[in-house]
Amino acid sequence: MSDASVNSQADFNEASFGDYFALLKPRVMSLVVFTALVGLLAAPVDVHPFVAFASILFIAVGGGASGALNMWWDSDIDAVMKRTQSRPIPAGKVTRDEAFAIGITLSAFACIMLALAANVVAGALLAFTIFFYVVIYTMWLKRWTPQNIVIGGAAGAFPPMIGWAVATGGVSIESVLMFTLTFMWTPPHFWALCLFMKSDYKDAGVPMLHVTHGRRVTRNHILVYTILLAIVAIGMGFTGVGGPIYLTTALILNGLFLAGAISIWRRDEEVAEADKYKREKSFFGLSLLYLFLHFGAILAEATLAPYGLGGW
Amino acid sequence: MSFRDDHELHKRRLGRNVGLALVLAGFIAIVFGLTVVKVTRGDYEPENAKVSN
Repeated sequence: MSDASVNSQADFNEASFGDYFALLKPRVMSLVVFTALVGLLAAPVDVHPFVAFASILFIAVGGGASGALNMWWDSDIDAVMKRTQSRPIPAGKVTRDEAFAIGITLSAFACIMLALAANVVAGALLAFTIFFYVVIYTMWLKRWTPQNIVIGGAAGAFPPMIGWAVATGGVSIESVLMFTLTFMWTPPHFWALCLFMKSDYKDAGVPMLHVTHGRRVTRNHILVYTILLAIVAIGMGFTGVGGPIYLTTALILNGLFLAGAISIWRRDEEVAEADKYKREKSFFGLSLLYLFLHFGAILAEATLAPYGLGGW
Repeated sequence: MSFRDDHELHKRRLGRNVGLALVLAGFIAIVFGLTVVKVTRGDYEPENAKVSN
């Protein structure tokens, strides 16, 4: 091998700044930022705008750090699944050791900085969230049980609680309700994705519900969890975080979401294959809008409350 | 003296260094801002320094 060929290989594999940033799962981070911000702004305590900005930033960094640790642990299955093959580690841009070092360092940094910027409860909640996502979900549940995302979904549901804790310094029924909404939303959202991701999870040996129990059972589960989600989401409309705006939004979105879940439940694989999983894909797209608009409505209630327009 | 185009590798390294510099500068700005906010609103004032009317 000539020097030139050695260098060209090194050039090709050397990571750019964007590759390190990609370790932090920016798309997941945007959901974390938005829900944490809603939790913070919906709380009945004013936070200095700069402290709020810094706190949300540290929550985002903590969420990103847990993403890097997830990529470190899961690099073997990421290399097998088409959806994740272009991630920095399987693409050969960043080594596993680098991802681990970045994940651990940023985790500690984010929790300590959040505790200093806001309060110890918020910092501790962020630390628990990272622990839950990395150890409980990624290392333990993901490769062990088809209920992995049901329980593991809790990790993605914590950010509004952390945002609330930044403002209030504690946990309350309202923040637990926001947690429950995201927690119940995660299974139907993820299982819809699984239905049209074909054999990705099977190839990687991850025991997702559709791999272990089949697609029929997954369709049944999507319907059951969507019904439970609708009860939670609409019920929240009558609590402290709800109000007319939220309730109207929840009624419309849950009606659409239930219609989508029923449609998925009534289909079988032959029909789904024929239209290339069109319903499953649109249900997945709607699920993203569903969560965004529910939290947007909670934010609208909290923002308009001082003017006598939000809340009950 | 020749003016050659930078190799792609050097551009990537420059991008990494500039990115890291911006992150560090941002961190300094945030710590400074948090310090100003916390000091001006009296978070670190000792109890006996507060004047009661």
